[in-house]
Amino acid sequence: MPEPTDNAAPYTTVIGLEVHVQLLTKTKLFCSCENRFGAPPNTLTCPVCLGLPGSLPVMNREAFRLAVRAATALDCTIAEFTKWDRKNYFYPDLPKGYQVSQFDLPFSEHGQLEAIDPKGAFEPRMVRILRVHLEEDAGKSMHDESAGTADSRIDLNRTGTPLLEIVSEPDLRSPAEARCWLGELRLLLVYLGVSDCNMQEGSLRVDANVNLHIPKADGSLAKTPIVEIKNMNSFRSVERALTYEVVRQYEEWQATGKELGSAPKQTRGWDDAAGITRGQRHKEESSDYRYFPEPDLVPVTLTVDEIAAIREGMPESPRALRKRLEETWKIPAYDADVLVGQGRALVEYFETLARLVDDGKVASNWMQQDVLRTLNEQGIAIDAFPVAAAGLADVIGRVKKGDFDTSRGREIFAEMIASGRSAEEVVAAMGIAAVGDDELMALCRELVEANPKIVADVQSGKQQAAGGLIGQAKKKNPNVNPGQVRGLCLKIIGELPAP
Amino acid sequence: MSLSRDDVAKVATLARLALSEDELAQMTSELTKIVGFVSLLEEIDTSNVEPLAHPLGTTNVFREDEPAPSLPVELAIATAPKQDGECFLVPAVLGD
Repeated sequence: MPEPTDNAAPYTTVIGLEVHVQLLTKTKLFCSCENRFGAPPNTLTCPVCLGLPGSLPVMNREAFRLAVRAATALDCTIAEFTKWDRKNYFYPDLPKGYQVSQFDLPFSEHGQLEAIDPKGAFEPRMVRILRVHLEEDAGKSMHDESAGTADSRIDLNRTGTPLLEIVSEPDLRSPAEARCWLGELRLLLVYLGVSDCNMQEGSLRVDANVNLHIPKADGSLAKTPIVEIKNMNSFRSVERALTYEVVRQYEEWQATGKELGSAPKQTRGWDDAAGITRGQRHKEESSDYRYFPEPDLVPVTLTVDEIAAIREGMPESPRALRKRLEETWKIPAYDADVLVGQGRALVEYFETLARLVDDGKVASNWMQQDVLRTLNEQGIAIDAFPVAAAGLADVIGRVKKGDFDTSRGREIFAEMIASGRSAEEVVAAMGIAAVGDDELMALCRELVEANPKIVADVQSGKQQAAGGLIGQAKKKNPNVNPGQVRGLCLKIIGELPAP
Repeated sequence: MSLSRDDVAKVATLARLALSEDELAQMTSELTKIVGFVSLLEEIDTSNVEPLAHPLGTTNVFREDEPAPSLPVELAIATAPKQDGECFLVPAVLGD
């Protein structure tokens, strides 16, 4: 029996997710039409994806490769023998009248992926994955509501593009866990280069199954009928829809007492603007799809050695990467999560920087503050960032050496970003020359001589009075390092004869 | 094994076939005969036979991920009963 996660709630929430992601191939799953979003309607079709009689599908090698990579990263068992099946149903965006999918022998099953909240709002939750299979996508139907009863328009560009279906076991215990798990799944798939997981363009779609387990007075457990929620267009709306649905199901159970089995599985659509779910058609029974083996495609086999080789060649997962960054560079889990969440290229930038300045914490601080802020403000990715890691390392090195303080360093870095010039050039252009030791010593002596009151205060034990000297020093020469001025002035005063 | 009229009516609905009562009766009788014919196979002991996934013995037929030109839109939609020069037009699809 699942343990309750929310002590305040008189029930356990049980959530399973079904995720569809489009694969990053150049062409469709069974034909050589381009797999590309945003082309004018029906310009990316051919007899195969239009389902014209006599056409035959041929499997895309890259699509299968990407699918196996994804499933391997999800810790799935990869099948040595897999086949494709026809899933029969009628819909205007499905020209063949069936979808080529996988039924009884999917290419992978029994994986797992952990949901982790970097802020620690819930305990890490290991979520089992029932199966991952490869299928073709359907086309798109568009309907202009304002046009009343006018026709729907069908665009078949997406028809036959490769789609990965990932089905989790009902192991998630809260809407927040569901959201975190989806975030981790998306990050993993993006890191693998399997999908761009862009929800706006529909390359990642989520349906959620949810019900409640409610302990009854007699010690038995009431299970509410399972509801499948569709039409969620962001991870945030997944969390909102589940949160809404949990409350709705509890209220309905209190009102009707209906349990799993006494009511059919229901499909409800999420209305983001209204913030509610609405009932849709009843879910067809699985057998109604009349699956049967696809005669036009031959099965695919992999040897144990091939499967092992794929496993060997897997890149570092986001989870492993976070752990390594924490350990190698001694940065907090939160920092590692932010850096890894920005993608592999940014992590590489960070690691180069950390190596050059030999200080993970300082490098991470500059990344979190100056680099990420600039990326956000300019809406660019790290690849387009105007200053290379070596350039930023140069600035940090000068700060560490004492050429100038951190706030001056940040100004210089901002100018390097704006102008594309090196630290050397910016320092020269801004008239920021490192203040030489002799020059600094002379300045400090001058200040000590000119401020007998401050000197007297310091001599009487009020060391903080030296702050007044720093202010004056900055006025005379904005390039001085406040820490050095303070240290030198205190030293000079200490060497003066006692009053 | 015998099929009921309702079994046939359900399959007909799934296949989007509108059958009259007479046709349903005829189909029920004919389908029952076909299923009966196929169920002869049940007399064979298949407990040690690997299920056949595909009649051809071959596996692993792939193509490389290289794009080729698609049909021009006017050709793609040419045979549609109704179209607007860009899209196929079908009776309104509302909701899910």
